[in-house]
Amino acid sequence: MSTRQQSKIIYSWYGKPMSSDRKLRTFQYKGILIKSERSKTETCIQLGEFILVEGENADQPFVAQLLDLYEDGVQQKHAVVQWFSHITEIPQNKRKLLKREVSPQEVFFDQVPGYDTDIAVETIIKSVMVIPLHLGEELPIPLSKEQTFYVKQSWDGKCFKALSPDTFSKLKEANKKGGGIPKSSNSFIPLDIISPLKKETERVVRSATKPKNVELEIESKHSASKSSLAKERHSQRVANSIKTPTARKKLQLNSPTRSPKGRIPGCEVLELLDDDCDAVAPLEPSATKRKVKFTGILGSPPKIPCANDKSKSMFDTADQWQRFSDTIRLSPYSKVKDSSEKAKNLNMKDDTISLIGHQELHSQSPALTPRSRRICAQKTSARIAEQISILNTLESNQEEDFLSSSDSSYSSSSEEEEKDDVFCTPEKKTKSSGIFSTPKSSRKSSVHTPAKTLKKTPLPGTPKTPRNATPEIPRRNHEAQKPASILEEARLRLHVSAIPESLPCREEEFQDIYNFVESKLIDGTGGCMYISGVPGTGKTATVHEVIHCLQQAAENDDLPSFQFVEINGMKLTDPHQAYVQILELLTGQKVTATHAAALLAKLFNTPGPKRKTTVLIVDELDLLWTRKQNVMYNLFDWPTQKHSKLIILAIANTMDLPERIMMNRVASRLGLTRMSFQPYTYKQLQQIISSRLNSMKAFEEDAIQLVSRKVAALSGDARRCLDICRRATEICEFASQKRTPEIVRMAHITEAIDEMFSSPYINAIRNASLHEQIFLKAILAEFRRAGVEEATVQQVYHQHVALCRIEGMQSPTVSEIMAICLRLGACRLLLVESSNKYLHMRVRLNISQDDVMYALKDE
Amino acid sequence: QHRHLLELLKRTAVHGESNSALIIGPRGSGKTALLNHVLKELTEMKQVRGNLLEFFMENHFLSGLLQTNDKVALKEITRQLHLENVVGDKVFGSFAENLAFLLEALRKGDRTSSCPVLFILDEFDLFVHHKNQTLLYNLFDISQSAQTPVTVIGLTCRQDILELLEKRVKSRFSHRQIYLMNSFDFKQYIRIFKEQLSLPADFPDESFAQKWNNNVQHLSEDKTVQDVLQNLFHCTKDLRSLHLLLMLAVSNVTVHHPLITALDLHEASKQYRTDSKANIVHGLSVLEICLIIAMKHLNDVYEGEPFNFQMVYNEFQKFIQRKAHCMYNFEKPVVMKAFEHLLQLELVKPIERPSVRAQREYLLMRLLLDNNQIMDALQAYPNCPTDVKQWAASSLSWL
Repeated sequence: MSTRQQSKIIYSWYGKPMSSDRKLRTFQYKGILIKSERSKTETCIQLGEFILVEGENADQPFVAQLLDLYEDGVQQKHAVVQWFSHITEIPQNKRKLLKREVSPQEVFFDQVPGYDTDIAVETIIKSVMVIPLHLGEELPIPLSKEQTFYVKQSWDGKCFKALSPDTFSKLKEANKKGGGIPKSSNSFIPLDIISPLKKETERVVRSATKPKNVELEIESKHSASKSSLAKERHSQRVANSIKTPTARKKLQLNSPTRSPKGRIPGCEVLELLDDDCDAVAPLEPSATKRKVKFTGILGSPPKIPCANDKSKSMFDTADQWQRFSDTIRLSPYSKVKDSSEKAKNLNMKDDTISLIGHQELHSQSPALTPRSRRICAQKTSARIAEQISILNTLESNQEEDFLSSSDSSYSSSSEEEEKDDVFCTPEKKTKSSGIFSTPKSSRKSSVHTPAKTLKKTPLPGTPKTPRNATPEIPRRNHEAQKPASILEEARLRLHVSAIPESLPCREEEFQDIYNFVESKLIDGTGGCMYISGVPGTGKTATVHEVIHCLQQAAENDDLPSFQFVEINGMKLTDPHQAYVQILELLTGQKVTATHAAALLAKLFNTPGPKRKTTVLIVDELDLLWTRKQNVMYNLFDWPTQKHSKLIILAIANTMDLPERIMMNRVASRLGLTRMSFQPYTYKQLQQIISSRLNSMKAFEEDAIQLVSRKVAALSGDARRCLDICRRATEICEFASQKRTPEIVRMAHITEAIDEMFSSPYINAIRNASLHEQIFLKAILAEFRRAGVEEATVQQVYHQHVALCRIEGMQSPTVSEIMAICLRLGACRLLLVESSNKYLHMRVRLNISQDDVMYALKDE
Repeated sequence: QHRHLLELLKRTAVHGESNSALIIGPRGSGKTALLNHVLKELTEMKQVRGNLLEFFMENHFLSGLLQTNDKVALKEITRQLHLENVVGDKVFGSFAENLAFLLEALRKGDRTSSCPVLFILDEFDLFVHHKNQTLLYNLFDISQSAQTPVTVIGLTCRQDILELLEKRVKSRFSHRQIYLMNSFDFKQYIRIFKEQLSLPADFPDESFAQKWNNNVQHLSEDKTVQDVLQNLFHCTKDLRSLHLLLMLAVSNVTVHHPLITALDLHEASKQYRTDSKANIVHGLSVLEICLIIAMKHLNDVYEGEPFNFQMVYNEFQKFIQRKAHCMYNFEKPVVMKAFEHLLQLELVKPIERPSVRAQREYLLMRLLLDNNQIMDALQAYPNCPTDVKQWAASSLSWL
C-alpha cells in the first residue's frame, strides 16, 4: 500500500529554511508538504506533529513525532523524529512488565537508545494524532482505527515508566498545535476521502477527555461537519446509492409477504434475534441507558456512509441526530421489562420492521466495537452527552421534518429496545432505535432482505479452509511411561534428542562463535561466519547453544535484543524457498519466492529506521547451491550492506565449500571468518558420554572407553557413539532379564558395535541357496579364466553347468540361472545390467573376490 | 530379530522414544511379514493392558514403488496423518508448503505428550534416490531431536543400502539394522513344506483333513518329492517359490483326484523349471529353426560376434544347396519374414537401435539362445527333419 503511494508522492519543503548550519551545510525547515499525485491532494506536516513512518511491514507503520526537518549537503531531505513504540515492537518477554491490557491504539514514548532517529523524509506516510494520557486514565473511545494513538508510558528498552510531566506537557502542547493546524490543512487538503470525518471524530474524542477544550472543539466540529464533511458524505452517498435500490426494493417486497402472518412472525423475529445474538460475539451485559445514547451518537458517524438518501446533503447528519433524540424519548419505555406487554403493542408492520431492523443490526455487527471501547465509553459518556446536547440544539431544526411520523413507530421501537435489552447489546439497541426513528423503513440503505442475511451468516458446519489449519499431531491419550530402571534412564539420556545441560568439548568453538556474534551485535553491523565439520560433530548444537546464551543475555539487557531466524537447506524443497522461509520467519508474510527476494533485499538494503539485528543460521548451506548461485550471493551480500544489521552463521559439512562450489564473488562476500569443527577424539567422546550419563552407574568405565575409541577411529560422530551406547543398554537389558539388572559391560558394547558395523555380505552369501553359491563360484571361475572382472551371463552359465557336473547335480535351466542372477543383483551382491539383454547381460561382483572366496570356503 | 523389533516399537509406543531402523533381507525373506506380525502383536498387547493405548500408533505405510518422489510421499503422509490441511482425501498446497506444514506439525509435539508416529518405508532403496534425500533427512532428523516421537522403519533388500545414504542422512540414522536371512537347512525346509500343505485342525471335514494330512506326511517322506524339493531348495531358499510350486500341484486336485501325489509335484516342478526361451523354440516353423541353427553356426565360427541377416541367409543357402532334396528353397523375402518373426519373439536382438539409414538386412544382431538350449529344444521338437538335426549337430568340419 505504502509503496504504491510512494511512487506518486512528491515531498517538498513548506516555507523557507528557518535556519541553516554552515558547517554541516544543512538547512532546517519547519514543515513539509506531501503532495500526492493520484488524489491531487497536499498535506502539510509541521514540526511537532505526529507522523506515521513506513515500517518493514507495510501493514504496521511506526509512529513518531517530528522534531526536526533538514536538508543536507547532497539535497537529501531528512527528518529527526521521536519514536513511539507499538506494543508489538516491544519484546514479548517485556510485555508482561506492563501488567495490563494494551489496546492496539496505545503507543509508548520510546526512549530506547539504539534506534536511529534520523530518517529519510520519503518514509513519512501521513500525520496522525497522539494524545498523552495519565497512567490512570482509560483510553477514550477510539473511533478511527489508525489515525489516533494514545501514549501513557515511556519505554526505554528495559522498563516502562509513566510519562514525566515535562514530556507530557510537551506532547500535549504539540498535540494542541497539531489540533489547530488541521483546521487549515483539513479544509483545503483532505488527505483522503474519509480523513475529515475521522479528524472530526478525533476531535470529539479529545474534547471528551479534556473538557476545557470543549467549546473550541465543538466549534471546529461544527464547521467541519458543515463544510467538508457534508461534501464528503454527499459524494459517498452517491456512491452508495448505486447499491441500495435493489435492497430497498427487496425490502418492500418483503414486508407484504411477512405481514399476513400476524403474530407468528413476531415470534420468529424473536427467535431470529436470539440466534443472531448468539452468533455475534458475546457482549457485556448491563449497559446503561446513557451509554446507549452515547454509543449511538458516536457510533453513527463511521456508519453514516451506509445511510443513503438522494435528498439534501444535510440529511445524514440530521438522521444522526434524529436517532439520538429518539433514544432519548424512548428511554422511559425501555424501563418496562415485561415482554408480554410489548407483544401486545406489536402490530404486523412492526414485525417486519423489527425484523429488518434486526437484519441491519446483524449486517453491521462485524463492525462491533471491542468491549474495551465500550467500557471507556461508559466513563466518558457523561461529557459526551453534554456536548452532544449542545450540538443537538444547534442542528435540531433541520431534523424536525423527519421526526414527524416517528410517533407511530414508538411502540415498535420501544419493543425493539426491550428485545435488545434482553440481549444487552447496547450498540445494537441504538442502531435499531435509529432505524425506527425514521418511519419509512425503505429509507434505510444497508437494510438486507432476510434471505440475504441468512445466506450471509456463516453456517456452523462450513469446513475450515486448509490455510488456517494448525499443524498438529494428535495428542496421545496416554501419558508416556517414565523410565523404570537405571538402564532405561540411561538410554533416555543417551538419546541424541536429549538436551544435555552443557556441551562438553566444544567450549572453544562456543566461545569463538559467541564472541563473533556478540561483537557484531554490539556494533550493530553485519557479518558472516562459515562453520564446517563432518556430520555429528555438534555444529548445529553449538550454534544453537550460542544463540540461546545470547538470547538470555539480551533478556538480561546485557546485549541489544535481536531477531533469530533459522533455515535448513535440507528442509527446503528448492533453494529459492529460502527467501520465503526467511521472510515468513521475520515478518510472518507468505509470498512467492521472487517477491520474497525483492522484499528481503529492500528490507536489508534500505536504512530501516529502527530495526533489530537479525541473526540468521543457514544450516546445510551446500544445498542452497544453484547454478547461478544467486541465493547464496544474496545471502552473503546482505550483511555487507551498510544498514542490514544481519549476521549470518552458515553451516556445512565440507571445509573447502567456498572454494569448491562457490563463484569468486560469492566466496569473497562470505569473508574469511571460518571455523571448522574437528571430529571428536576418543577422550572427548568419553567425556560426552560421561556428562550425559551424569554420574549414573549404568556403564563400566572400560566400556565407555571402548565405544569412544571405536567411534573416534571410524568417524568421530557423536551421534553414532550415542547410538551404540543405547543399543548396548538394550542388549544388556535383554541379557539380564532373568537375573538382577546389571551395568553395561565390554561384552555388550562389543556386540552392539559388531551389530552396527559388521558387513552383511558374508552373512548373506553364507545364507544363500546352493545354486546361488555355485553361481558366485562360477563367476569367480569365469573372472579367473578371462582375466577381466566382468562377464556375461552366458559365460557364467557355461561355468555354472560345468561346476554342477563336477558336483554331480542337476544343472539348472537358463531361466533359473537368470532368476538366480537377478536375485543376487537385487541384494546388490552382484551388479547387473538391465535384464532385457538376457544372456548378454553383463555381471560384476559388488564385493571383493576374496570376500566371496572366504564366505564360500567354510561350507 | 522379532524380539528386537518388538522391543523397539514398544519403546516408541510406551516411552515415546524416537528410533530408526532398517530391515534388510533378500526378497521373500519375510520382512513385511515380520513387521506386520510385530505390529499385530503390539496392538494386541495394548488391548491386554486395558485398551489404554488404542489408536495409539499412527501407522504410515509408504511404498517406494508408489511414492515415486518426495512430493507424492509427503502428500501421502499428510493424508495418512489426517492433518488439518486434508480436505476429503486430497491434500492441497504446494510441495514447499506441505513440507513446511508437516515439519511444523511434527515439531510441535514433544516426547511425553504427543502421539508417536510410525513411518514404514517399504522399498526403502527407492526413497534414497529422491532428490537430496529430503524426506529421509527430515524423518531421521525428527527421530533424532526432541520432537514428536517417531519411528522410521525401512524395508529393503539391498545389502549396500547404507552406502547410498548421504553422509548427513547417514549420521542421523541410528544404524540399527535387522538382517533377515533364510538360514534354515533342508530339514526345516521339509517341515515348512509339511506345515504349508497340512490342513488346519478346524477344517470342517475332519476325516478328509486326517486323510489329507496323512498323505502330506507320506509325501514328505517320499523320495521323488524330496528330490523335487531338494532341487528347489538348492535353487532358491525363497519361500514364495515353494508356495508357487505347491500351488501348481494343489491346483490339480479335483473331486476324483482328492490327494496330491508325488507325480503331481514332479509335474509341477517340471512346469516350474521349464526354460521359457526354449519353450518358444518348440513352436517355431522348420524354416525358423533352420535360421536359428544357421545363427548358431555363425556364432561358433565367429565366436559370438554379432551377425546380420545377410550372413544368416548365406549360411542358410549353403545348407539348402547341399541338402536341397529335403527342404524347399524359400525366396529371400520369405526368409526375411521368418527372420523378423524371430526378432519379434526376441530370440534375436539387434545390438543397436534400428536407424533409418541402415538397411534391415545389414542390421547387426545377436542370438539370445545358448547352444545347449538350441540342442535341447531340437530334441523335443516334433517332426524335425533329420537333415536339419544333423546339420545342427554337425560341427565346423563339414565346411
